[in-house]
Amino acid sequence: MWRDAALVCGKDLRIEARSRVGLNQVVPFAAAVLLLFGLALGPDRRALEPAASGLFWIAVLLTVVLAVQRSFAVEAADSARDGLRLSGLDPAGIFLGKGAAIVAQLLVLEALLTAGVALLYGAQLTGGLVLLAACVSASIGLAAVGVIYGAVSSGVRVKETLLPLLFLPVAAPVLLGATKAWNAALAGTPAHAGIWLSLLAIFAFLYVAVGIAAFGPLLEDS
Amino acid sequence: MSARRDAPSLAGRGAAGTSGAISSGETAPVVPTPPRAATHVGLFDQQTNLREDDAGTVTTLASPADGGIAPSGVSPQAMARGAMPPGAGLVLPKAMPRGAKSPAAGSDKVVRAIGIAALAGVAATVWLGLWVTPNAVNFGNLVRLLYIHPPLAWVMFIAYGMATLSSLLYLWPRTRHRRFDHLAGSSAEVGVVFTGLTLVTGSIWGRPTWGVWWTWDPLLTTTALLFVLYLGYLALRRVPGDRETVAKRAAIAGLIAFLDVPIVFFSVSWWRSLHQAPTVDLANGHLYVHGSMAWTLLLGFVSFTLVYVWLLVHRYRLAVLRDREDDEGLEAALAERWAEGTP
Repeated sequence: MWRDAALVCGKDLRIEARSRVGLNQVVPFAAAVLLLFGLALGPDRRALEPAASGLFWIAVLLTVVLAVQRSFAVEAADSARDGLRLSGLDPAGIFLGKGAAIVAQLLVLEALLTAGVALLYGAQLTGGLVLLAACVSASIGLAAVGVIYGAVSSGVRVKETLLPLLFLPVAAPVLLGATKAWNAALAGTPAHAGIWLSLLAIFAFLYVAVGIAAFGPLLEDS
Repeated sequence: MSARRDAPSLAGRGAAGTSGAISSGETAPVVPTPPRAATHVGLFDQQTNLREDDAGTVTTLASPADGGIAPSGVSPQAMARGAMPPGAGLVLPKAMPRGAKSPAAGSDKVVRAIGIAALAGVAATVWLGLWVTPNAVNFGNLVRLLYIHPPLAWVMFIAYGMATLSSLLYLWPRTRHRRFDHLAGSSAEVGVVFTGLTLVTGSIWGRPTWGVWWTWDPLLTTTALLFVLYLGYLALRRVPGDRETVAKRAAIAGLIAFLDVPIVFFSVSWWRSLHQAPTVDLANGHLYVHGSMAWTLLLGFVSFTLVYVWLLVHRYRLAVLRDREDDEGLEAALAERWAEGTP
């Protein structure tokens, strides 16, 4: 399972590295979202700074949708999915691999967005360890749910509109937990983040487990 | 109860004329039922080996007959006496063997009785709630809204519970059957309707008591997210595509949606508790009911549950029929075209 996961993850990351869709489209999209939030709430920094963590995570949530769509568009082209199914890889491994590739992309994106938030909204980046822990656990949870729903909505004609509708409400606890953890860290009280970090960890664990169990049936008839 | 007494008399089924709509309680085993009626096996099930009567069934199974409309030309009283509608005798002999085997008449009667009981129960709840019960000490006339709001929320929970259970049964290979897919979809759809009603009645309650139409209370927020989650689930069910595939994906999405509910609830509870105490402790509720108020509330629970069952059965039958229309519609159309071609 782990070897299969590493193979799939490596394949997805290689495709991203060569096609540069993430760099050329998803990162500029996230930057545009940050700028638009600034226009909606700014230019007063007193309004932007307290909202910084919420805006950051909304931007992440929107880009996860794009990343997941991209991850499954890669499989849809040239009937690559059939190849994946014929390859004999463990479905759980495929799920973990695709999820890991999305997590890796999200972490890069979150690093860039963090710089953007500090720059544009004047957020003081304190409590770095909590920020990082929140990013990692939230990304794992989001990627797990995203890959499950990506598979659920793949291969249907209305997938572009269906995926956000399915994904975003389920991701609500991640938005809440990650925003609160970031708020606690940015406010200089990282001790308050504990409960939210545990929520993010529970969410990630639960949906990774669901994905491992459910990905086989999802893949076999898509 | 009047509903029970009336049920046999309204047991005439379907549109008039095609068949013998005579199945009052005692005579059911003896008097044959029409081919169409034989489609109901249990409350939910329908036989799949139907023959030439398909076109008729599609329009009549969920027809006004279940709402208590007797075949034209025969009054309910006459039917109770066993009178036949015009032309019924012509068809009866052909239908005899299958009608005699089927317990269909009983199941349809039960559904109709449930429908009538639900209607009577809701009417009685409204009457008791609006005219008979007194004002509450704390809430005045507002308390009358509470005779329907908790029952609506209760139905929402059993509807989603049923949808989740059916999804699980569908995913479990040993119990995989299309009927569980239909049941999950039907129950979720009824659940979404009741979620909408719960939100609306809650909002109407909130405006005079808390001064706002909406507050970020954990229960309210969770309910609103449930509404959106299951709207997404229903959207997924409507996706065109291979039936098995869509059913399996919908079952997984339904499970994920259900798993999300407790997480959302606890996260929103923590979120609120870190900022301010909830405006109203809905979970424990400082509203004490007794006497006629308690009975009215209890009646509300019972009658709205009956409404749920009635809606669920009909929605389920509709799902089965739509399924069969997909299966047999093309064959029927082809047969029709072939028939046109032959002189």
